[in-house]
Amino acid sequence: MAFSSDAVVHHPASLCFRPSLPRNRWNALLTVVVAVFSSIAVLPLVLVLGYVLFKGGSLISAELLTELPPPPGLDGGGIGNAILGTTIVTLVASLIAIPVGVGGGVYLAEYSRSGWFAQFVRFGTNVLSGVPSIICGVFIYGLIVSTRFFFGQSYSAMAGGVALSVLMLPTVIKTTDEALKLVPRELRLGAMGLGASQFVTITRITLPTAFTPIATGVVLGIARAAGETAPLIFTALFSPFWPEGLFNPIATMSVLIFNFAIMPYEAQNALAWAASFVLVLMILLANLFARWVARFTRV
Amino acid sequence: MVPMAAGARPELFTQRRRPLWELLIDRGFQKLVVLLASVVGLVLVGILFTVLGGSTEAIGRFGLGFLTTSNWDPIAEQYGAFTAIYGTVVSSLLALLIAVPLGVGTAIFLTENIIPLPIRQVLGVMVELLAAIPSVVLGLWAIFVMEPFLRPFLELLHTSLGWMPFFSTVPMGPGMAPAILILVVTVLPIITAISRDSLQQVPTELRQAAYGIGTTRWEAILQVILPAAVSGITGGVMLALGRAMGETMAVTMIIGNSNNFTLSLLAPGNTIASMLANQFGEADGFQVSALMYAALVLMLLTLVVNVLAQWIVRRLSLKYA
Repeated sequence: MAFSSDAVVHHPASLCFRPSLPRNRWNALLTVVVAVFSSIAVLPLVLVLGYVLFKGGSLISAELLTELPPPPGLDGGGIGNAILGTTIVTLVASLIAIPVGVGGGVYLAEYSRSGWFAQFVRFGTNVLSGVPSIICGVFIYGLIVSTRFFFGQSYSAMAGGVALSVLMLPTVIKTTDEALKLVPRELRLGAMGLGASQFVTITRITLPTAFTPIATGVVLGIARAAGETAPLIFTALFSPFWPEGLFNPIATMSVLIFNFAIMPYEAQNALAWAASFVLVLMILLANLFARWVARFTRV
Repeated sequence: MVPMAAGARPELFTQRRRPLWELLIDRGFQKLVVLLASVVGLVLVGILFTVLGGSTEAIGRFGLGFLTTSNWDPIAEQYGAFTAIYGTVVSSLLALLIAVPLGVGTAIFLTENIIPLPIRQVLGVMVELLAAIPSVVLGLWAIFVMEPFLRPFLELLHTSLGWMPFFSTVPMGPGMAPAILILVVTVLPIITAISRDSLQQVPTELRQAAYGIGTTRWEAILQVILPAAVSGITGGVMLALGRAMGETMAVTMIIGNSNNFTLSLLAPGNTIASMLANQFGEADGFQVSALMYAALVLMLLTLVVNVLAQWIVRRLSLKYA
């Protein structure tokens, strides 16, 4: 007989899962390999965060947050001027980059989606976001610091802020462009149909609708700028004193970490860890805040 | 509806005329955003001319010999950037060699349904947060935690493989090897994020078809899903290469900043970015020009890599309707 009862009772061997087959062995092996790779990928985050939070966090005190750094070799002191300085420089950068970036994004999304100039600006934005941050520093050094552009001052908080704004600009433009593209066309047509001018449509309808994704991108951009060091080392420089206006050198946390990490004094190294703690905490909170805001996206 | 006599209430029928101020605001706003958009172009041109202008003196004096000599002597005013260029290229390529398998592997782990979705999401957020940590903090960690931990292993490498020129020096602390490892940390999130996006964009039908003809998970990944996503992944790797070449702070703090050329990865080295970070603030006169020349080289390197990355993504991406 062609069909024996054996074949019905016992499954044909070819349909059973056989772990010993080479293909199944490979499958299991590769799965383990990527699992290990993923663990390696998150390991640095855990280690860096762990060290910064424990080593830096244990040093935090009221004096640390409000006092000036001590002269090299001496103990005590704090990073108050650097916290204030980072805030000021980042604020200057935001005040420049947000209006320019949102304006540029509005142009790309609302006025010319596919014209040659829009293509050029998009390409330029991508190129600019790939320019190394140290080159931004060199650029601002050549443009502002060495020419003493601001009232004959060379190194200044203003120069540092401008350097950071160059770094933020592509992020803000891209975010605005992408966010505005998500706004439904019907909303614009509706506004135009009611007789609104393009200016009113953009400022009253499209921009408010896209507010959340733009805000998310901008917050992430600010957080990234706050941690940047390379554009500040030779534009904002550093100062052991409290900020003296926008047109003098200013201390920032990121430059403080760099300067104090390579000093051979333990007190300075400790301050570098403390500044890392404050900086990382600020940046992580900004990131989590941006993620939280992004959940309210309406478009 | 009773038809109204024409002329009774003509304001109902005439088109509303826009007042002059409204027209002016509208036009003015349009001009303003065009102006703001062109800032990007102005900045790019500004960067190019500033760096080019600053380096003309050094270009005129050293020409292309600047790229092939490794003598960096501010007192004798002799400058050659070969050590830094070599360091930039070698450190970023070796970092990519480690980071690409790690990043793409992690991206596969995060997109294929190997583990439950909530865990994947947490891992994904963690990789993204790694990108948010400032590189100066990574540098601090590298100096005080990673390098001391790593040194016994590097010493082992030197004693066992010291006959090779790449491991021929005794590890003394800062050097090329720790710099490469910290570069891996900085580019890993980029590679992972972009690979993950590309893998997620592979149409479900492709996966289903692959599984439907009886492939194992990894046969589907290696022969169907990865080839479909390869353009996006390649673009991401190129972007990461550009980022690695321009990465400054973490590398500056751990590479040792030595301009003596050596093949050994255990010895201190230099990259263009770290040289700029270290010397630009204290340089004056002719040294500034030489540093600007180095900055120009770095800019052109990253520009080529980035433009190539954009081109790859645009040209090679498979189109799925």
